Amino acid sequence: MQDRATRLRHSIVSAWTAAVIVFVYLPTICIILASLTSSRYFQFPISRWGLDWWTKTLNSIEVRQLLSISITIALCVTVVAVVLAFFGALAFARYDWKGRSLFQKLILLPIFFPQSVLGLALLLWFNTLGLQLSWKTAVFAHLVWIVPVVTLVISIQVYSFDPALEEAAFDLGASRWQVLKEVTLPVLFPGIFSGALFAFLLSWGNFPLSLYTTGADTTVPEYLYAKMVAGYTPGVPVLGTISTAGAILLLLGGYAVIVALRRARGASQGGQDA
Amino acid sequence: MSQGLRSALPVILFLLAGFAAPLIAVTWFSFMPARTFAFAGTPTLANYATILESTSYISFLWSLGLAALTVFLLAIITYPVAYGLVRVFGRWSTLVTLLFTIPLFVSENVRLYGWVLFLIKNGLLLGSLKSIFGVEPESILFTLPAIILGMVYVYLPFMLFPMTLGISMVPQDTRDAAADLGASRLQVFREVELPLSMPGILIGCLLTFVLAVGAIAEAKVLGGQQIIPIIHDIEIAFTYAQNWPLGAALSVLLMLVVGALVLLVLRRFDLDVVLGRR
Repeated sequence: MQDRATRLRHSIVSAWTAAVIVFVYLPTICIILASLTSSRYFQFPISRWGLDWWTKTLNSIEVRQLLSISITIALCVTVVAVVLAFFGALAFARYDWKGRSLFQKLILLPIFFPQSVLGLALLLWFNTLGLQLSWKTAVFAHLVWIVPVVTLVISIQVYSFDPALEEAAFDLGASRWQVLKEVTLPVLFPGIFSGALFAFLLSWGNFPLSLYTTGADTTVPEYLYAKMVAGYTPGVPVLGTISTAGAILLLLGGYAVIVALRRARGASQGGQDA
Repeated sequence: MSQGLRSALPVILFLLAGFAAPLIAVTWFSFMPARTFAFAGTPTLANYATILESTSYISFLWSLGLAALTVFLLAIITYPVAYGLVRVFGRWSTLVTLLFTIPLFVSENVRLYGWVLFLIKNGLLLGSLKSIFGVEPESILFTLPAIILGMVYVYLPFMLFPMTLGISMVPQDTRDAAADLGASRLQVFREVELPLSMPGILIGCLLTFVLAVGAIAEAKVLGGQQIIPIIHDIEIAFTYAQNWPLGAALSVLLMLVVGALVLLVLRRFDLDVVLGRR
């Protein structure tokens, strides 16, 4: 009896999850379908399929510029965020120090904060400092939110890190720099890698912070928003599909790298055992 | 200086310059005379008086109410999924988690636009109904239910992941022990599972609430401005109205509500336990 009830509960949970996944991907499917019509307005069922809007969008110089600005911002954010967050994560999860529990809570505050308010506050702050708004100020704005997120992501890996490894290396006469390079970084690499992936993708998809801090430069989400508010153009679904597909490919690629790393590490350990 | 403080220092300095300083600037600005753009004026409470006399409280109530409703709906929707991720799906969990992670990285207005295409007249839903059944019901686009749908949709991962973390904190042994001692399914759930996974659930609720209070795109893209959320008022003050001190004062009020809530909830947690230090 117990078994049957458990099985029933499990199938209900699975069916519900499947329904939620469909719910989550429904709008994405709509965007993709809309990008594949060649008529000026979206109508379902689609009468004229075609890639016309894809070629038009991809050939537009404006779109190329948008993509390059978005990618530049995301790359800068990734590099700075990973460096700051790596040390932040050590302070968060590795070392016992006096201010730690306070630090852990303070670093969460930018995450638990409405992003549009943060964007406006930064706008006001940049204005006070007399800074010219551009993609560079947007990098700074993204970092305020992304550094704490990446710190958390790396911290989760740091929690499972055995400090004895570092101590053993010190005992064997390694310098601080050697320990960092030969022990700490390689062991924490999967966490750092996931952190970098998060940093890039969160910056790539961010809208509320970019909106107020990019000045004359425009990112892909900003451009899409401006076009959406102005009325329908089939360029929006095309660019939307590109930005979604980019995120999916990067995430799947990153996931494959982590799995491969784990395999390689498992294999080398297995080799040592034998 | 301790080793911990030394490695925390870069982040601390960065957040002082990028988070604390802007918030102080906003707070100071909220005491400046209306429609000024400099810090030099004589501090005044006039902006707050203006807000008290205005209808901004309606926007505040809408934002808080919608955020609360979103949290409530999401708690119900995501609990079974989180439970499945921890206890049912086994090795499929990674894939399912990945599927729920992907949308986080696509700008929310792109995904909301997908809902517009789904719900709009002649869109995916109504177009299919028309061609298959020949019926043409009214679209819910640009109404309150569409806004709620959009909010539930956008904030789903922010509830799901903390909740999964919470449920994974309940040891299987404890549940088995309760069952062995004769507890019914419902009792195990109520007396063991729910209380022990509460930290994760509460953090999910808090995160979702805070982000949802700041929601604006849902009302703009899906709601056709049927409802004016508080962020909209703030944005108007900063942009069209060119009244930064008023916008700053509204932001301060919102920050007070959010800040009080966050500090109240976070104070209760030991983050080492929640994030899995063994």
